Amino acid sequence: MTVSVQQQAFDIQAQYELLLGSRAGAGVATFTGYVRDLSEGGTVTALELEHYPGMTEKVLGEIGASAEQRFGLLGWRIVHRFGLLGDQEAIVWVGTVADHRTEAFAGCQFIMDSLKTRAPFWKREHLDGGNALWVKSKAEDLDRELAWQEKQV
Amino acid sequence: MLKVRFFSLIREALDCEELDLEYAPELITLEEVKSHLISKGGDLWQEALRQPNVVHALNHRVVEPSHPISDGDEIAFFPPMTGG
Repeated sequence: MTVSVQQQAFDIQAQYELLLGSRAGAGVATFTGYVRDLSEGGTVTALELEHYPGMTEKVLGEIGASAEQRFGLLGWRIVHRFGLLGDQEAIVWVGTVADHRTEAFAGCQFIMDSLKTRAPFWKREHLDGGNALWVKSKAEDLDRELAWQEKQV
Repeated sequence: MLKVRFFSLIREALDCEELDLEYAPELITLEEVKSHLISKGGDLWQEALRQPNVVHALNHRVVEPSHPISDGDEIAFFPPMTGG
């Protein structure tokens, strides 16, 4: 039931252990998002992530708490980086623990879909050639978040 | 006093991360704060803050532009979020 917004790289195994703690015998789902090397603008050499300190942690905490209540999660953890990230570095990690896989998967996806449009992060891609472009929000991300509001899972 | 913060593309366009604004009773909603900033700042501020997709936040929560404000509030304007 924790959030970490951090500049430094994270170790996935260590995050997994923090998520599980002393819990055992349940289903666990995790998602890791990485910097992609290609974008509409060209080859990405680095990704810069700006965020709104204070609001970010609050929103991520609210998203996790919503997932916990909605899917009956036994545990969840959200890790999101900010600052300058190199190609193939992990940006975000979400883990959920539930009694059954359906709730673990759904909770993990709900958290990811929600944070995409609700957590105050902004990506800027640094491209091969020196340009840096702010990433535009995608309508499909908003559609996915809205779909959760309509579903009665 | 109100704290007003700007992020991402809007921060860059305005060349301003944050500013303090004297609270006045006529600043009833975020929309009025925005209009006040535009009237002081001119065309550049008009262009940055009048984009249709500007997100309005009050005390770390996204709200509608018509949301009322109080003295001591923290207000933020930023483009749609692109995390994850």
